Amino acid sequence: MVTSITSFGRSGLYDWMIQRVTAVVLLAYTIFMIGYLLMNPDLDYNQWSGLFEGTAMRIFTLLTILSLAAHAWIGMWSISTDYIKPTGIRFLFQSACGLLTFIYVVWGVQILWGA
Amino acid sequence: MLVSVYRYNPEVDDAPYMQDVHIDIPGGKDIMVLDLLQLLKDKDPSLAYRRSCREGVCGSDGMNMNGKNGLACITPLSEVVENDKIVLRPLPGLPVIRDVVVDMTQFYQQYEKIKPFLLNDTPAPAIERLQSPEERAELDGLYECILCACCSTACPSFWWNPDKFIGPSGLLQAYRFLADSRDTATKERLADLDDPFSVFRCHGIMNCVSVCPKGLNPTKAIGKIRNMLLQQAT
Repeated sequence: MVTSITSFGRSGLYDWMIQRVTAVVLLAYTIFMIGYLLMNPDLDYNQWSGLFEGTAMRIFTLLTILSLAAHAWIGMWSISTDYIKPTGIRFLFQSACGLLTFIYVVWGVQILWGA
Repeated sequence: MLVSVYRYNPEVDDAPYMQDVHIDIPGGKDIMVLDLLQLLKDKDPSLAYRRSCREGVCGSDGMNMNGKNGLACITPLSEVVENDKIVLRPLPGLPVIRDVVVDMTQFYQQYEKIKPFLLNDTPAPAIERLQSPEERAELDGLYECILCACCSTACPSFWWNPDKFIGPSGLLQAYRFLADSRDTATKERLADLDDPFSVFRCHGIMNCVSVCPKGLNPTKAIGKIRNMLLQQAT
């Protein structure tokens, strides 16, 4: 048993499952977006803004933003523990990733509800 | 043919270097890489390598031949030589003791972690613990591992975290004991593996499968461990 306190959920199995579940959400959102853009080639601002006014779309988008945050955290954490060996630098990198992720989530929420 | 071999004697050399030697293969036969090493040693007795059984059973002469890990004793030249040239290097990722001899300590430490022996807390029967042929068949493809380290040293996850990731070889063995009907410590064994490194550093790139000289499939065993963990935790 290897102890780690900076990973997403402490348990390898939990991280593994979150990584898979969030990947499915991201895939669904990507497919939806590609489909929507293909089916609406003459998309204008009003229609685009209208799309994100619906509650369902906001839930779907927020779910995707949170999924992306969790997915990115697990991925970046793995990369940092693979390639950055000095503990101090690794912790700094992980902190920067965490801060950036938090900023993106708040910013995403602001965009989603602020428009 | 041209043999380029990794040479490093820490008592004499400042840094490792590649030594190019021309070797004439007697009778042009398709000899094994281990025989080639003997021909090299005849020319230059200072060359060091491990070998013992010379038939792919002891797992001593694992090395990197033209970029791929394998056992020198059961790898014919025709399988690895390209353009009449072969490059011989030690197993990647492990500290080099001398020439192609590596320090296997980290590899064995990971093996030790998985408790590679039967754990059973029930009273011992008068003669032996019996298995049905089906239960015994569960161990096929697992017990054959000879611990040559070809798989673990071909795995980038093991290169980056040899102290935390058990590695394909150790995990194949871990599943060998998880799958054994005579072992009663399944729960404890699984609990020891459920961290972000021991099992889950495996990203399924299957280098281990492609190099295993015994034709075993550690990736499949790792998948089975993951399924056992999932079944227990969901």
